[in-house]
Amino acid sequence: MKSFLKKITGNQLFIPVIALLVLAIINLIADPSFFVVSLGKNNAGYNILSGPLITILDYGSELAILAIGMTLVTAASGGQDISVGATIAIAGSAMLRVLCGTNTRPETIQAPIIVAFLVACVVGMLCGAFNGALVSVFKIQPMIATLILFTAGRSIAAWINNNELPIVPDPKFMYFGGFIPGIPIPTTVFIVMICVIVTFLVLKFTNLGLYTQSVGINDKSSRLNGINPTFIKFLSFVILGLCVAVASLIKVSRIGTINYSVIAKDIEMDAILAVALGGNALSGGKFNIWASVLGAYVIQCLTTTLYKFNVQSEALAAYKAVVVIILVVSSAPKVREILRKVFNRKNLDALTGKAKKEAAK
Amino acid sequence: MKKNSAKKSIFYKVSDTNLLLVITIGIFLLMYIGAIVFLGGGFTKPQMIFNILNTNSALIITACGMSLVMISGGIDISVGGVVALVSMSCAVYLDFVRNSSVLIALLMALGIGLIYGIIQGFLVAYLDIQPFIVSLAGMFFARGMTTIVHTDPFDVKNETFVKLKDTRITVPFMGSYNKRGVYFPAYIEIGVVVALAVVVVLFLVLRYTKLGRSFYAVGGNKQSALMLGVNVRLTKFLSHVICSLLAGIGGFVYFLHVGSGSASHAMGMEMNAIASSIIGGTMLSGGVGNIIGTFFGVLSLSTIQNVVASAGLDQAWWTGITIAAMLCIFLLIQSVVMWQKKKALNS
Repeated sequence: MKSFLKKITGNQLFIPVIALLVLAIINLIADPSFFVVSLGKNNAGYNILSGPLITILDYGSELAILAIGMTLVTAASGGQDISVGATIAIAGSAMLRVLCGTNTRPETIQAPIIVAFLVACVVGMLCGAFNGALVSVFKIQPMIATLILFTAGRSIAAWINNNELPIVPDPKFMYFGGFIPGIPIPTTVFIVMICVIVTFLVLKFTNLGLYTQSVGINDKSSRLNGINPTFIKFLSFVILGLCVAVASLIKVSRIGTINYSVIAKDIEMDAILAVALGGNALSGGKFNIWASVLGAYVIQCLTTTLYKFNVQSEALAAYKAVVVIILVVSSAPKVREILRKVFNRKNLDALTGKAKKEAAK
Repeated sequence: MKKNSAKKSIFYKVSDTNLLLVITIGIFLLMYIGAIVFLGGGFTKPQMIFNILNTNSALIITACGMSLVMISGGIDISVGGVVALVSMSCAVYLDFVRNSSVLIALLMALGIGLIYGIIQGFLVAYLDIQPFIVSLAGMFFARGMTTIVHTDPFDVKNETFVKLKDTRITVPFMGSYNKRGVYFPAYIEIGVVVALAVVVVLFLVLRYTKLGRSFYAVGGNKQSALMLGVNVRLTKFLSHVICSLLAGIGGFVYFLHVGSGSASHAMGMEMNAIASSIIGGTMLSGGVGNIIGTFFGVLSLSTIQNVVASAGLDQAWWTGITIAAMLCIFLLIQSVVMWQKKKALNS
């Protein structure tokens, strides 16, 4: 029995699943309609699914995609990328620039959507490569290296489009962040599925996962074993850049335009939180991408729940901070050690107490 | 061969801290002289420097705290949030409570900083949680709390406070004549005095006291600091307490400068503080840094902003881009300098 419990609590998916269960129970008690999924019609007259659960699945997608890349970066470099929000702005701005050209209110799109998306991918990967080069070649701490793009990113994004807000005229572009006519499930869910499947295949058929872990655990010894830590770290940042480009496609497509100072604001914090929630060590090493993806949805669930309790969007941060602190403190090795000692003593006390009672008899 | 040995001796003689400090001050002077030569005008007047000090006194104070934490090997990104929280709480207290006194507001600011420091320091030093994550949550919490305390921005009308806010200390002999020949005395605000005092005190503490040296020891190498009998946990704890306390003081100074409470105050101040510390020659890896350098870091940062503004690139994005570019350059310089030094020591 004890070993069974240990097996469950030792599993990395334990924390996010428990957090999800707690949130579900809170919602069940407060308002059971949280779990209702209904089939309605949207403005265009197509059938779509709606309900809080669908909202979580839909709006958690960007975070889930970012969590994939962020987990790799965390595992390889032992630090986090805090520039993802700003990079989303850059990639999205580049995408709009290609789609709309110099005219901010074009009649038709100036380039095929796929070309714009590829450009965004290249831009995202370039930003990732910049961060990656600073971290891997120049050995600057990841958080500080990405601070550069964090400060400059939104300014660069505004500069790309001359601080104007182009509006994409093609309704097809909106499909990526909304619904494809005739399919009642949000398109973003499919995008996440594609990303997850690709990641799964890459991890299954290449040594990326193994190499990343070994670099994160000890980059000197992995270098002695013939792995190139510089390249692995660099690669993890480039992969995150790709994830950022996909997330920016969804973000821009949701509203058909961009707001440089607000788009994907604070998403870096949520992405780091997702990685931490997934039970991954933030100091690098072993990782579990699926736990991070689950963590991303837990965070979205938390956000939706808080909104349901009429919490202001600006005050949301305070509640999330409390959750982070509770999570981090409870998963700290030091605290676990202390707790274990206390529990053991309790057991010991109970045992000795029993023994004493028996002796008294 | 001879060249190599000369290089070697220079690198041996100059400590990391001083080397980076010299680079920083040199670049600041070059930049300022460049601004005078190419842009002239306002940069020749002493008031330019005083204005920089007036607007950035809060940043100087928080950046000093940041340097302290970074020297002892940690980081604290909650300072901007603490500054916003302090100015909002003080504003609400001064305006909504009857018979409010500025002294109690000041104590409140210090109290908020102290509580923040104790909690964060405890989590970082005694529970071994990464400082970045702890202060990230701290930043989240402070920003959220600021909105919970009061949502809308507003100006404070308390009389004693407004009087204090408008106090100008004139600096003798530094004034300037305008085109009509009218004399304008140079002035500084109270915050500048506080900021300069903080810089001097921290500089002396870091250089001449046992506690100050132990910050360097802990940041440089935890293991050897422990073996030398330094209480590593206590030192780390104190570094966070002092940093947050300075953030509290910085918050009050910021409040004194702007005279209003708003949830969007001091947005990105933590990033500016980190950037000025880095530009000032504080190494991220810990153990290297100088408060004087940080002071010059803030000056360089705001000079660049002023240069950008007066060079006609006043679109908002240029400030962000130039600061980031500067940060990037200084990080690369640090990286290259340390790499060279390692090479010189090894050869």
